[in-house]
Order: sequence, then C-alpha cells, then structure tokens
Amino acid sequence: MTRPPTRISSVKFGILSPEEIRKMSVTAIITSEVYDNDGAPIDGGVMDRRLGAIEPREVCPVCGNTRESCPGHFGHIELARPVIHVSFVKHIHMYLKATCRVCGRIKISEAEREKYIELMKGLEELGLDYLKRRLHEYIRRKAATTQKCPHCGAKQYKIRLEKPHSFYEDRGEEGYVKLNPIEVRARLEKIPDEDVRLLGGDPVDARPEWMVLTVLPVPPRSVRPSILLETGIRSEDDLTHKLVDIIRVNNRLREHIESGAPNAIIEDEWELLQYHVTTYFDNEAPGIPVARHRSGKVLKGIAQRLKGKEGRFRGNLRGKRVDFSARTVISPDPNLSINEVGVPEMIAKILTVPERVTQWNIEEMRKLVLNGPDKWPGANYVIKPDGRRISLKYVDRKALAETLAPGFIVERHLRDGDIVLFNRQPSLHRISIMAHVVRVLPYKTFRLNLLVCPPYNADFDGDEMNLHVPQSEEARAEARLLMLVEKHILTPRYGGPIIGGLQDYISGAFLLTNKSTLLTREDVIELLGVAGYRGELPEPAILKPGPYWTGKQLISLFLPKDFNYKRPAKIAGATALRCIDEDCPHDSIVIVKNGVFLEGVLDKASIGREEPESLIHWLVKEYGEDIARLFMDYVYRMFLRFAEKYGFTMGYTHLLLPPEAKKRILEIIEEKKKEVYELIEKYHRGELEPRPGRTVEETLEDEIIDLLSKKLLDDVADAITPYFTLTNPVIIMARTGARGNPVNLTQMAALLGQQTIRGRRITRGYLHRTLPHFKPKDLGPEARGFVAHGFVDGLSPIEMFFHAAAGREGLTDTAVRTSQSGYMQRRLINALQDLKVEYDGTVRLPTGEIVQFLYGEDGVNPMMSDHGKAVKVERVIEKVIGWRI
Amino acid sequence: MSKNKIHSIKQIDRILEEKLRGRASALVYNETREKVIEKYKEKGLTVEELEKIIEETINRYEKSLVEPGEAVGTVAAQSIGEPSTQMTLRTFHYAGVREFNVTLGLPRLIEIVDARKKPGTPIMEIPLIDEYKYSEEKAKEVARKVESTTIENVSKEINVDPYEGAVIILDPEMLSDKGVKVEDVISILEKLRLGKVYVDPEDPYTVHIELRPEKVDYTKIEKIRTKIANAKIKGIKGITKVIIQKRGDEYVLVAEGSNLAEVMKVPGVDYRRIYTNNIAEIEAILGIEAARAAIIREIKEVLEDQGLDVDIRHIMILADIMTWTGRIRQVGRMGIAGEKPSVLARATFEMTVQKLVEAATEGAIDPLLGVTENVIIGQQVPLGTGIVEIYMTPYTPKEEEEEDIEAVIEKSR
Repeated sequence: MTRPPTRISSVKFGILSPEEIRKMSVTAIITSEVYDNDGAPIDGGVMDRRLGAIEPREVCPVCGNTRESCPGHFGHIELARPVIHVSFVKHIHMYLKATCRVCGRIKISEAEREKYIELMKGLEELGLDYLKRRLHEYIRRKAATTQKCPHCGAKQYKIRLEKPHSFYEDRGEEGYVKLNPIEVRARLEKIPDEDVRLLGGDPVDARPEWMVLTVLPVPPRSVRPSILLETGIRSEDDLTHKLVDIIRVNNRLREHIESGAPNAIIEDEWELLQYHVTTYFDNEAPGIPVARHRSGKVLKGIAQRLKGKEGRFRGNLRGKRVDFSARTVISPDPNLSINEVGVPEMIAKILTVPERVTQWNIEEMRKLVLNGPDKWPGANYVIKPDGRRISLKYVDRKALAETLAPGFIVERHLRDGDIVLFNRQPSLHRISIMAHVVRVLPYKTFRLNLLVCPPYNADFDGDEMNLHVPQSEEARAEARLLMLVEKHILTPRYGGPIIGGLQDYISGAFLLTNKSTLLTREDVIELLGVAGYRGELPEPAILKPGPYWTGKQLISLFLPKDFNYKRPAKIAGATALRCIDEDCPHDSIVIVKNGVFLEGVLDKASIGREEPESLIHWLVKEYGEDIARLFMDYVYRMFLRFAEKYGFTMGYTHLLLPPEAKKRILEIIEEKKKEVYELIEKYHRGELEPRPGRTVEETLEDEIIDLLSKKLLDDVADAITPYFTLTNPVIIMARTGARGNPVNLTQMAALLGQQTIRGRRITRGYLHRTLPHFKPKDLGPEARGFVAHGFVDGLSPIEMFFHAAAGREGLTDTAVRTSQSGYMQRRLINALQDLKVEYDGTVRLPTGEIVQFLYGEDGVNPMMSDHGKAVKVERVIEKVIGWRI
Repeated sequence: MSKNKIHSIKQIDRILEEKLRGRASALVYNETREKVIEKYKEKGLTVEELEKIIEETINRYEKSLVEPGEAVGTVAAQSIGEPSTQMTLRTFHYAGVREFNVTLGLPRLIEIVDARKKPGTPIMEIPLIDEYKYSEEKAKEVARKVESTTIENVSKEINVDPYEGAVIILDPEMLSDKGVKVEDVISILEKLRLGKVYVDPEDPYTVHIELRPEKVDYTKIEKIRTKIANAKIKGIKGITKVIIQKRGDEYVLVAEGSNLAEVMKVPGVDYRRIYTNNIAEIEAILGIEAARAAIIREIKEVLEDQGLDVDIRHIMILADIMTWTGRIRQVGRMGIAGEKPSVLARATFEMTVQKLVEAATEGAIDPLLGVTENVIIGQQVPLGTGIVEIYMTPYTPKEEEEEDIEAVIEKSR
C-alpha cells in the first residue's frame, strides 16, 4: 500500500469573488429548461452535461472521466441585478455601520487608526487570537458610533437592518431610505483593504463586496443528483428545483430591465430573485416564508444540508458509514474465551479479509478460491496485481485457482482466529468497542462470554451488537495490541477491573469454596475437566470414610505459586458474619498464602466485576492480562459448572415465612400505623410542632414518610432476618453480591412499604384524595400509597395501582436522564478530545499550550494505577511477605 | 530464608536510599518507607524481602506512568460521562441538614460544567474562629449577623390598603429569635420613604404606615407590599437562612444562599476555612486556582455522593481545561468549544452554518491540529499511535540480493 506523500497542513476559508466564480465555471447556465423532450439534459440548463458525469457509463465532456472519478464541475449564473447573501447580512451591516457612507473609510481618526494597526499586527505576531478578536470588536463598536467621518467630514446616518436582508438609512427629516443591493455593494467596494483588516475581515480572500452576489455558482450535478423513480418519472434534488426558480426569475428580471419596464415591476422581480437566492442558501432564515415543493414539503437549502446531527458535518464527515461490518442479536456462551466472539457462518461468508498470496499460503488460498463465495471457508473476490477485482461468483474458480500466484490478493471469508472489532451502542467509553478473536459458529447470533457484558453494558433481552473487520495490517496490529478484551480488564476510570464475575459466577464461586462443600473424585474430575486442568489430582482433604476434596483445593491449583492475598469476603459485610483475624469461624476472610487457598469464600469482593483491589485485580496487575484471561476463561467456567451441578435455584418457597413471623410483621405494621394516626390526630388538633424552616404540613409528611418507609422496613427486616440463613439461595445471592439486596428480600417476603413520588407520599389524583375509594382529605397510610403486602402475598388492586404509579417515576427518570447525560458527554468529549500527553510528560492542546505540567500532578495513568495510587505499598508488602503474616 | 535479618530502621533507610531513591516519585518513596518500617516493627524483615519489595515497587511505579500520546482528555471525558448515565435526576437533602435542599446528581454536574454564574441551590459552610466555635450562643451571635432578616421574616401579616395604608403585624417570637427590636423595624420602614410610620397605640407589635398620597395607586399595591416584605433589616444580602450545626466539638454555620465577600468580613467567621458551592464567586474573590480547586471538590462530591468511583485525575483535567486560560470557561459552545482554534471543530460542534460564515468573512485558516478536523479531511488523528511521524519504507531486496541474504544467514549458522 502506498501512502499519500502529502498531508494537508491547513484549510483556508474565504468568500468566492465573482471573477473566481466565473473562472472555475465550465459554462454559464442560462435557461430554466432542464431536459428536452427525449429526456436528455439541455445545454445551458442546470443539468448541463458539462457539470459532471453522474449516469452510469456517462463520460464527462470536460474531464473525460466516468462518474466514479469525475469530480464534478461548477457552472455559474450571471445575476441581472445583485442580491445579498443572507448568511452575511450581519457582517454587511457591520461594515456599513463602521465605514463612511461617502468615502468608504473606517470612521476612526488617522492617528488612532495607525495605533490600532500597530496593535493588531503585534497581536497577530504573538498569535493572541482571542485578544485580536476583542480588538476588532472594540474598533467596530467605536467606528459605528462616530457621527461624522474623520476623513472626509461627511455626516453619517444610522443604518438599520431589517431582517432578513433589507438595509435602511435613517436620514433624519427624509425618514428611512432603503438601500438596494447595488448601493450596498458600491459602499462596500469603497472600503480600503487596510480598513477591512482592521474590522476583522480579509481583503484578499473575503472582500466585503463579495458578500453581495453578482454571479451565482451552480454546484456540480453530483452534488444534487436526480433520482429515477420506479414509475420512470425523474425526481430532481431540492437544490436543482431552487436553481431553476432562480434562473426563471433572473431571466424575467433581465427581460424587464432590457425592455425598460416600469420600476415597480423591476423592483418586484428583484425582490423575488432575492427571495429565491435566500431560500436556496438557507430555507430557515428568520423572517422569510419557507420555500416549499408543490406537494407542500419544505425544501432543503444548502444550510440545511450542513446542519444538525444528520447534516453533512456530524452525519457524513465526523461519522462515516463503513463497509465490512455486521450487526445481529447477541446471545451468551460461557464456553467461549472472554476475548472471542461467535460469528454466524452466514455472516462469516459475507465479511472478508484481504490476504496477499505468498509462496507460503498459496495452496491454502487456492482451496479458498475453489470453495468460492457460498461454501465456508471460501473467498468472495480475487484482486489481481494489476488491480482488477474478480468476483468468484461468476467465474471459473478452478481456472482462477490455477492462475493464482504470489502478489494476488484474495478476499477470503472470515475464519477462526481473525481479529475483529465488536461494539455495542451507546459507545459511552472506549471499552464499548473492543477487539475479539473470531470463532465461526452455527446459527445466527453473535455469541459472547458473559464476563464481557459489564463493559458493553449488554444483556441478552434482544440486544444487538456491531462487528467490524479491520482491513489493513496496521489496523489489525493495533487491534491485537491495544484493543483486545484482556487489555481492558482494567478500566482507566478508577484503576481496577471492570471485567469480572457477575450473578451465577458469584453464587457458584461461593458454593464451590464454601466450607461445607465436599467433592468426590468424580466431581473433582468433572470440574477440573471443565477448567482444562491437565495435571495430577491433589491430595484429598478428607480420607475417611472416603476421599473428598474441598472447593478451595481446586482453586489453589490455578493460583500462581507465589500468590499471597488477604481480604474480607463480601459476606463479611453482614455484622453477624464479620471476623477480625485469621481465626474466622464464619470463613469470611479470604486468605491465600503461597498460592494455596487457605481460608474464606470467593464472592463478589474477590472475583466480582468493578471490584478494585480484589483477587482478580491483583492477578491482572501482577501476572499480566494473559494469566488473568485464562483464569477467567477456565476457573470461572468451573464456578458455573458447579452452580449447575449443585442445582442452584430459587423459588417461591424460599421466600415463605412461618406464621409467627407473619404475625410479627403485622404487629409492626399496626404499631407504625398507630403512630401515624397519632401524628395525624396531633396535626388536626394543631399541636404538631413544625420543624425549622418547614410548614406544619411538610413536617407531618416528612415524619410519616420516615415512619413508614425507613423505620418500618428496618424493623421488618430485623424481624425476618432470623428466618433467612446462608442456606437459603436468596440469601446466598444477596449476601455474596450475586444479585439482589436485603431490601428486595423484605419487599418480596414481607411488604413493599410506602410508595413515593418525588420523595413524597402519593397525593395526586382526585380532589383531596388519590382514588375514589377513600374519603376526601384522608391522610391515612392506605389512602396515600402505603403497601402493606409483599410480592409473595400479592398486592391488593389499590396497592398495585400505587406501586405502578411510583414505578413509573423511575421510567420517566431514566428517559429524561439519558438525553441529558448524553448531551453532557458530547460536550465533555468535545472540550477534552484534543488533549494529549507529550513526550515531556506535559498535557497539551494541539496548539502547544500547556494545560497540565505533569499529567494528574504525578504522571500516573489511572488505568495502570492501583485504584488511583501509583503504587499501593501495602499490597507490595503483602505480595512479598504475605505468606508469613 | 531469613538469614539476613534487618536490625535497625537505619539499615532500612540505607537500603531504601540506595535502591529506591530517584527511581520512584517522592510520594511513593515516603509511603514505602513508612509502610516498610511499620511492617518491620510488627513482623520483622529480611534484607532479601526488603529488596524484593523495592524491586516490585519500582516495577509497579514504572508501569504506572502515562505513555506519550495517551488521549488523556478523551479518557477523562468518558470516565466522567459514562457513569453520569447512572446518576439520579432528583435533588437530595444535604448531608446532615435536612432543612436545605441541595442540587446533587446529574443536574448539579451539568451546572458545574456549564459554569453557571449562580448554582441552583447556593450553600455556604461557615466555620468560626476559636473564640466562637465552642459556644452555641456565640455561634448564634454570628449567625444573626450573617442571616439576612427581612420584614417578612419577623411579621405575621403584611397588609397594604390604598386607604388605610400598610399594616404590618409583627411576630414577637420571631423578633426575639432574630434579635430584632420594633424600633429597628420602624427605622427600616422609614428608610423606604413610603410615608409616616407609627406603632399602633393599642398593640405594640402592629406597625402602620400612612402611605403618602402620591403612592396610592391600585396598580402598585402589590409592588409596595413586596417592597416592604423584602426590606432588609440586617444581615448579608443573599443569605436567606442560617443553621447552626455541631461537628465534632465545634459549631459550624451552614447557610442557604451565598455571598462569599461579605460573609468573610463578618467578625467571628474563620475566613480561611469558609466554603461556598458558588464557583463563580470563588473565582471572583479568591482567584482562578481556588476556582479550580472548587470545581474539583464539587465534582468529586457529586460523584462520591452517587457512589461512583472516578479517578481524581480525570476530574483534574476537566477542571484544568475549564480554568487554564485564567478565567472559568464553560464546557460548550460559549466556552471551550467556541474558542477552539479550528474552524471545522467549532462548526461541527454546534451552530454549523454561522460558524462557517464567520470563518469565511474573516478569511480564517484552520491549522488542522485537532481530532475533529483530521477526521473530517480523512487524515490520521494526532493522538495515541497517530503521533508517530516517522515511517520506515521497508527495504525490498532485489532477487540477487535475496540470495546473498540467505547466504549470510547460512554462514551465520
């Protein structure tokens, strides 16, 4: 591949001068007719052939190219009378205000002018753009307020801009006098170059008078292609329609002028021409009726093409559509490696990788060519050294395979081991796009390991993901070295693993490493088989009555031999299970010494996702991402298999409470209700003391919510915990961090409690009441959204209504939030994207300005940090001497 | 194993000085020293172990450093933006003070990033100097000076009638609570120049104002009422409410509303520890470095409150890009995005057409240094692996030479 020898170093903006427009034009466009009776474009019409080839096999009469390589050519329209370019009205207004109406010079005395020129040049040299802009602003304002020209002494008038494009001069007694574009242009022409510069303009590439159009460029045909509808009718682009309008009015105006028509008619036509030109550029210009199609559809002006999310800039230039990509539904496959992606064969036969034929792979390539596009693994195209592309669909593949020689490029099917980029939207952070290794599989979904769900934020309720195949050797190398999944186990957000166990992995790990789990030889062999273990079985932990192994022994087989680790498990979060030292009866401190898993259970705190300073974190940091990947691939698979073997499940019965517990809950509810009624009584008697800064009503509401949501649920939770132990799967999930929390448990087994909207009890609905089932002004718990049942018992219809009402709040909240945070992120990215660390360790903008002298004040990359610190010394010590402490 | 036991802290220092000094930052060095000595005292240490610890520390430190070209800006933006999707929209009570509502979560984050002149819920924390901070009475004294008291705060009712004039019924409880005398109220009312002010002969807590005839105008009744109600008796403008809070053994004032310049002047206030969440005010009074620190602190607080773990370096870089010019710039088209040197970058972000037109009239030049511009024109972006500017053209040996090379390889075997 040859690289373009040049790099564009800068782009200059400006306004096209009439001369330039004529110079670059291949023809004047003079007629509003577009096609003749045979449907061929008319010369001198807006679809003139010289404006570039757009039909298949059409040869451009100007450059001789076909449509693939003809860049298109401009034409031009000579306007009978000048018109103002709407987009520039503000700038025209500025120039008119700041310069003398007679001599055209800037309305600033000569001495001052010299001073400002000096100052401006100084700022320019120093590159202080911001200050220079302020200076221009200042000069403009100063010049605009001068009443008498300091150069020729002429009296100045106020100039008013009437949107969208009329200028009036306030001549005192004479009243407002309209300035037509000819007069405006004449004034702008008089402004000397130096003065244009002082006012912030560029006299070389943007003379102010060019803002008033005398010649209109006609864009090439390829910019505004016509489409042939199925009915055979040609449908023209909006711009073409607009150009036709302009030419028609322009020609009419010229005829009127030439025939000496009355001034009023000419003025009208002129105004109409101005309207068409205006809407051609911008059909959303304020103060002007929008131009429409005959059907009533609003036409798109040039401005509309550029604007907005789907406009040229954001839609086609910053974001581009790509080839070699695929999209389908995703589904889970725990047997894949975390860095693999299962690609359906159907997709593998469409996506291709260009591979150069060499003497070493020629035989293989021959086979692929023989297989062709329909049989996987095959190939779709062959590119000959002369650049010709041959589709294998319509060719004698046998013959082609024979002629294959080094130097050919075969676009072969995607196959196992290829590297691809995998992405799920919204791409909020860089780990939303990672590189995976292909595994071609049957069926029609992309398959991925469950452990990579967190970075993508993916689940399998119908999510779809995208896949891209890098086509160049550089791209593939970067993908493999920088983007592969295991390079992103650690996230730069906080310097810890973002990939890690979740849900069943965690409950499985807990069950496997639990003290009471003893495994028979068969169990051990099955589990180790799943984990791909090929060594000898360890000594069983128990010999009589038969050989039994513990789960911890199995884990030890996979830990590095010098690994030391000590940390409380997640289950130690519950006070009842907390231990301080190694002598822990609850088995809630994880201790690994010299690679032997001695004590504790594995749960979210050790192997979970988004858990910095955990076992998996130190494994990645200290032994590298490959070891960590293998650990996740194999050991984690063992966790799942054990959950399956164990038959881990949860059902309705696990949430049932004995009658005495139910009674206790009812008592608590009654107790709290009574307290609420007492409060209400007190309120009605006017005895309730308002809290400082609150009204009595607010105080009452606050206290009721306090009673019914927090206090009540806490009391109930205390009452029911004795009935749920670590043998209950629901508790296992909640305590190990696999899924759910104690509140969920209370809500299922006991009651939901007070439903709230915006932190208040539910009050809206009917007049003074929520539902017609209650008396007006009833402030009691039931009337204001208190739910006294749990999901196990079931909700009453009224309770269910309140629950749904409160639940909706969450839904609307999410909907509003996504748009807000999305916009904020777009702004953040835009503000920060150009920053980079330079070779000297400073953080700079591309212009060289220093934003930080040392990145993050210590030069540490958060991703490679130990949860924010350059080195977590405690861990280093633990790593080295942990085996003896 | 433990043949070379370390005998003294001096020995540890010597080894550290020799092996670690200069190979890791001072921060890491000091922490290592501290922790190692601690462990030594606790469990003892051998020379080999210490050397291993030092080696691992150096290894970790070197690995942790940023690499040139790293797109730290983009990573920071993503690291702050991505978790913000998980934030709540609602405002919550201020930690400890349930009387005040403080904007938190996403709305507050957006507020900071927008560089608003005034936060939605301004709050000040006002610690007191030693003479005041241990006594509730003294704290209250300061609180009274800070809190602005208006006529409305101390009155039960304010009625304005074009014929009877204004009647203000004062609340004796509130008067004593705020430390205001009826005379103070009268003198304030007189300053309003609405007419003659007098106390009701029958009720010492009712004040009348005889409206001057030219003030009697039906359309202005409501205006007069608000004028009376909002008349400030004392305190500092903008501070609507002050609450005294006990933190540890000292009393701290927490104020709703913010007026940094004025509150700092109040005697008894410890102006060195004072804090407001109004960043613009901090910038105006304490300068840009203080504003930077405030931005970092505020963003950190919002994220921590939501339980989101984001590295401080990301927040620092955001605060720096907002403040490095010497004034606070908003993250958006009126600030950072609007002041970029690149026309294309500005046009792409927002207000495409206006920005292009502006560039055309100025004859602007886009130096094509940033990311957006280079994506647009299809060139490599100057970040990450894209900062490499030297390419090697692989040397393709001619056929005869190829044989030579093989011969050389053969020979070397």
